[in-house]
Amino acid sequence: MSTGKNAADEGLEPAASNQVQIEQICAAFDNDHGRMLDILRAVQDAQRVISQDAILRIAELTGLKPIEVEGVASFYAFLSLTPRGRVTIRLCDDIVDRFAGLAEVQAAFETVLGIKTGETSADGAFSLECTPCIGLCDQAPAAMVNDIVLTSLTPESARLFAARLKDGTRPEDLISDRFDDLTPIERARRMVDNNIRHAGCVLLGDVPQDAGLRAAAAATPAQIIESIERSGLRGCGGAGFATGQKWRFASTAGGHRRFVICNADEGEPGTFKDRVLLTERPRLTIEGMTIAARAVGAREGILYLRGEYVYLRELLEDVLADRRVRGLLGSNILGVDGFDFDVRLQIGAGAYICGAEGALISSCEGLPGEPKTRPPFPTTHGYLGCPTVVNNVETFCHAARIMDGGAKWFFDMGIAGSHGTKLFSVSGDCLNPGVYEWPYGMSIRDMLVAVGGEDAAAVLVGGPSGAMIARDMFHRKLTFDDLSTGGAIVIFSGDRNVLEIVEYYMSFFVHESCGYCTPCRVGNVFLQKAVAKFRAGKANPADIDYMRDLSQTIVETSRCGLGMTSPNPILSTLDNFPLVYSAMVKAPEDRLRATFDIQSAISDARHLAKRRSYIFDKDFGA
Amino acid sequence: MSGLRFEIDGVEIAARDGQTIMEAADAAGVYIPRLCDHEGLRHQGGCRVCTVKCNGRSVAACTEPAPPDAVVENETPHINKMRRDLVEMLFHEGNHLCPICEASGNCELQAMAYRLDMTDPTRFPYLEPCRPVDASHPDIALDTNRCISCGRCIRASQDIDGKGIFGYVGRGIHRHVAVNGPDLAHTDATIDDVAVSADVCPVGCIIRKRVGFSRPIGERDSDHGLIGSNAKAKADD
Repeated sequence: MSTGKNAADEGLEPAASNQVQIEQICAAFDNDHGRMLDILRAVQDAQRVISQDAILRIAELTGLKPIEVEGVASFYAFLSLTPRGRVTIRLCDDIVDRFAGLAEVQAAFETVLGIKTGETSADGAFSLECTPCIGLCDQAPAAMVNDIVLTSLTPESARLFAARLKDGTRPEDLISDRFDDLTPIERARRMVDNNIRHAGCVLLGDVPQDAGLRAAAAATPAQIIESIERSGLRGCGGAGFATGQKWRFASTAGGHRRFVICNADEGEPGTFKDRVLLTERPRLTIEGMTIAARAVGAREGILYLRGEYVYLRELLEDVLADRRVRGLLGSNILGVDGFDFDVRLQIGAGAYICGAEGALISSCEGLPGEPKTRPPFPTTHGYLGCPTVVNNVETFCHAARIMDGGAKWFFDMGIAGSHGTKLFSVSGDCLNPGVYEWPYGMSIRDMLVAVGGEDAAAVLVGGPSGAMIARDMFHRKLTFDDLSTGGAIVIFSGDRNVLEIVEYYMSFFVHESCGYCTPCRVGNVFLQKAVAKFRAGKANPADIDYMRDLSQTIVETSRCGLGMTSPNPILSTLDNFPLVYSAMVKAPEDRLRATFDIQSAISDARHLAKRRSYIFDKDFGA
Repeated sequence: MSGLRFEIDGVEIAARDGQTIMEAADAAGVYIPRLCDHEGLRHQGGCRVCTVKCNGRSVAACTEPAPPDAVVENETPHINKMRRDLVEMLFHEGNHLCPICEASGNCELQAMAYRLDMTDPTRFPYLEPCRPVDASHPDIALDTNRCISCGRCIRASQDIDGKGIFGYVGRGIHRHVAVNGPDLAHTDATIDDVAVSADVCPVGCIIRKRVGFSRPIGERDSDHGLIGSNAKAKADD
């Protein structure tokens, strides 16, 4: 905190000291409601809750209505309107973690801490929660403990960690006894293995420091954009928009103030390549942002780091500070007159939707992470209404390398329409989960051989918003025009239950829908319930058409990419694994709907009336 | 500013630069079904009932800029079927019991269901939420079981009344309209607010006390024809 004395030192009553603390936090962000996410994150960290009193005071200080503050606080999963423990343990609940033994790890934490998942201990010491993919699928099961992460958990290690926490050990000390003496990069590497399995020549091989930036500083903005356009670089976050074109749009948009935003909110379940880049290539990432800033004439940048990657915060802040000292950020970068650019770090708070460009901008503005209406597009009306370039971490890294290696060098890698290399996050049932850098164009079959996943029965390409493909399609290629992906590859062996996977992913989309539009908010709940019927063996043949039909409405009427792709787990498995569904349906034998279960229908009434059945109420007499 | 032209279901529409598809259609007397949009309020694009196909691509007519020379499909069987799905979703998301609702006959959700021919038994599961009723205010009651999250009250209170009495809280299926205070009585809401006027809430969520059921059946909004059937007359005014 930049102002004021520590409230605790003044011996104030807790309520009064909380209020002083809130004033200090708000003051540190200039009482700016545009920094609401930072303010609420800081209050949550300090007080473990966003209380009603806190909401009123924050609203007063920032000039908002309390309902607006509550709207933000209630949107993000890592902010809480009810008290959370001083140590909050968030178990990664991705399907990969479940298959890697999450249940036993979860049971170990519950037993030792004496609380169930979703509960906070009576003394306020611990909360235990589940959270969707935290980007550590290559070392599942994983968990966040406050701002640190634990990986490759086993029931034994979980019991040990929980016992040490219970004895009062700080979460940091679970990582190393000398945690405080470690540098940020040492801490990050101690917590997380980056599992770089194959380094290509663009990103993960040898990268000369700031060579791209030097080339860009010597070039005109128009020349930079032309290079990026000629390289064939397309966005690596999943949508694949031509990067050079995006930069050109922003550079020609009207207005004085422009922004460059780095989207480090990779939330697609199964993707973690940006985690690796942010740890191993943070300078290259900032270098790429700086080049983009020169190309479009931006002086301000934001690196939006997903809340799950908060363990990388100090590493990134160190890199930013170091670059300022070395004249690579700030005024007159590399001595070029008028080349001014700086970057601030924005930490998210648990919302997959913020990976969508418009929602990410909303989040940076201190709003709930709801996508913005398009058009207008961010290149003309982005952050604070100004022209804004938003690119993925990997895209910025590529851009920096292109400025050094040349557009032709990059263009000549890969295949027509998909140029250069791509990072793939590979996890699930394979021998060597991790990150692979390959030129575009590799077939799924070759990929499986390379990662030790030849036993795969199903491969999820592009995460749940991508496609689940079966063995008869393993000849297909990883390109924008065939199997397009932001890089998530999840491999499932024949032992896995496809319907379990699909149901999990639908529950993920229900959890992550922002709720702005009807089809995504409501339709996905219905889809999840429909898949659950199949799993329970209560579906009838008409339910297959029902799911397709409902999916089509969601795809065609949703407001943003989340809703447009959320039925993909169902649609791609209906297409590619039809037997999985048909095996689970049964035609009604009488005129009753197979879905109707008389016992569950009258169960509530029977309990209320205390009239119970010896046959159907298993707990009768208990 | 020069104008532009496009067509909706074969009817040529003239639009001014900056108009949305819906604004241009309204001016021409062509009705595009909608729920979250309301005359005089900024567009939201949340309910998606105004979805049209613009050169084959799905867009929300209320927010999409009028496209020069485009072919827009509005009342096709396919689009109306999707709209019916959306209206059914809203019915199933909340608790909409028309026979006992004061808004019956004046309700846009109900009227839209009739317009879109929602006459078969619905296929979706009922979510049956249990939401509190707020009757704390002397003149206004809120039964959010009937709320469809259109946000019209939010925008009216913010932009017209300048009060900000309502707002969205929560995320996903838990996102809902809430009031700026512990309950409505502890807000600045008054019965004269545009936000609580009879027109703004399309359903029976915002209830004006002591005037319920005053219009008999036969004289209610929907008794005079399908919703949107007066679009031509409104445009000619």
